[in-house]
Amino acid sequence: MSLVTALEKLDRRWIFLTIGLLVLLPLLFPLALPLYVSPPVRSFVEAVDSIPDGSRVLMSCDYDPGSIPEMVPMTRTALRHLLDKKCKIVITVLWNGGPGLVDRIVRQVVEHEYPDRQYGVDYVNLGYKAGDEAVMVLMGQGIVNAFPRDYHGNDTRTMPIMQGVRDYTSFPMLVNISGGYPGTKEWVQQVQARFHLPMVAGVTAVSAPEYYPYLQSHQILGLLGGMAGAAEYEKARGEKGSATRGMDAQSLAHYFVAVCILLGNVVQWSKRRRPAP
Amino acid sequence: MTLHPAPLTTPEGIGIWVGAFLTFCVLSFLYKDNPFYKLAEHLFVGVSAGYYIILNFWTVIYPNLYEPLRKAFAGHGVTERTGMFAAELGDYRGWLLFPAVLGLLLFTRLFGRIGWLSRWSLAVIIGVYVGIQTTGFAQGDLVAQVQASLQPLWTGKLGSSLNAIIFTLGLVTSLLFFFFSREHKGALGVASRIGVFFLMIGFGAGYGYTVMSRVSLLIGRFQFLLEDWLGIVR
Repeated sequence: MSLVTALEKLDRRWIFLTIGLLVLLPLLFPLALPLYVSPPVRSFVEAVDSIPDGSRVLMSCDYDPGSIPEMVPMTRTALRHLLDKKCKIVITVLWNGGPGLVDRIVRQVVEHEYPDRQYGVDYVNLGYKAGDEAVMVLMGQGIVNAFPRDYHGNDTRTMPIMQGVRDYTSFPMLVNISGGYPGTKEWVQQVQARFHLPMVAGVTAVSAPEYYPYLQSHQILGLLGGMAGAAEYEKARGEKGSATRGMDAQSLAHYFVAVCILLGNVVQWSKRRRPAP
Repeated sequence: MTLHPAPLTTPEGIGIWVGAFLTFCVLSFLYKDNPFYKLAEHLFVGVSAGYYIILNFWTVIYPNLYEPLRKAFAGHGVTERTGMFAAELGDYRGWLLFPAVLGLLLFTRLFGRIGWLSRWSLAVIIGVYVGIQTTGFAQGDLVAQVQASLQPLWTGKLGSSLNAIIFTLGLVTSLLFFFFSREHKGALGVASRIGVFFLMIGFGAGYGYTVMSRVSLLIGRFQFLLEDWLGIVR
């Protein structure tokens, strides 16, 4: 049996097994493959750096547990980035499966690494509000009106962090971490375009190509695309989080998929050249 | 490399063990369909449905409708003013009865003869979202993207000029590929053929990112098994 025939009849479960091993082994035995910070990620870092220290920043974490591997690392790094700048963070969530997860991540980061920061004074989780784009428009008429209570049921009008917050003009930037709809596209359409609020975005890899036009048009000032974007962000910030740890596995799996595509084309090409029986 | 499995003595530890078991159940489908996969699949569908029903009640209906209406019937609201219908922005009080009725009307679809009443609610939903999305698309996508596409071809720097020329060539030829009012022959044929190459590069990038997304999910599961469940890698 020739190699081409063997490949043609290959049980696809061998491919699953190979992918599984290529992902598992680098997690156990890291290879430390080189990682470079790409221009979209560098722009993200520079945009956040440009926020005046101590500013109040709006951060919308629009995802649910389905996109934890991609979204959580970039959320953690963005939180640390903002907290290092002593920014006060107002967090919203437009996915109803997300507030609990986001609250856990925020508390993990703040309580373990920034124990001096107080809830309601230095950061607040406003939680989930149903309505997708309608909520974004409503927030433009008043943040407190849209979120009269936070995730824990506290009255937001009396919170120190919300004093002086009116609408989007109260924030120098929006940091959006988005797993899909509603997310970055809607923030660009409803808020960046309408209220001219500068924004940066971290998105899932599968949706990243959709947002490059926004980056090119400067509607978003920086972009993190999937786990690779999160890992580059960690590298730019000098962190070594779960995204960086996953990048060896990511790279090997990609090489293997590329080899599979090439071999698949070789098989198809040789089948076409084969004389009809 | 030492093992520090999640303890079975804490609620969190039990949750991690159940998560690990269900992860293996789902992954077992890669070998072939089996009862363990079916168990995980049915559990996922059932638990998700129940979880989201409860979640929507407590995060949507209770804080946005029930609680404000309860207060409104007592004459109170978010602000200090009294009066069931003394509404203002963000404090809608008794006026919330209108969206409540519209919400209930959606369920008339379950009762054949009066099912047409649900169209009123749908009309409001569609009207509001069409309005919001049309203006959003016009401002955020159409105008802004057309503006950003009008680039000077010569910027004074070779690299950025080349980038602008390739961008414009890709934009024009890709658009011409979707011009179907004339047969793709001659100059139009050549242009649309070039457009196809640009589209293929776009699809390739999209495919690469999709692979990354899916592999990320697998990495996330393996990190859960190795770090949270077995405690091997920290």
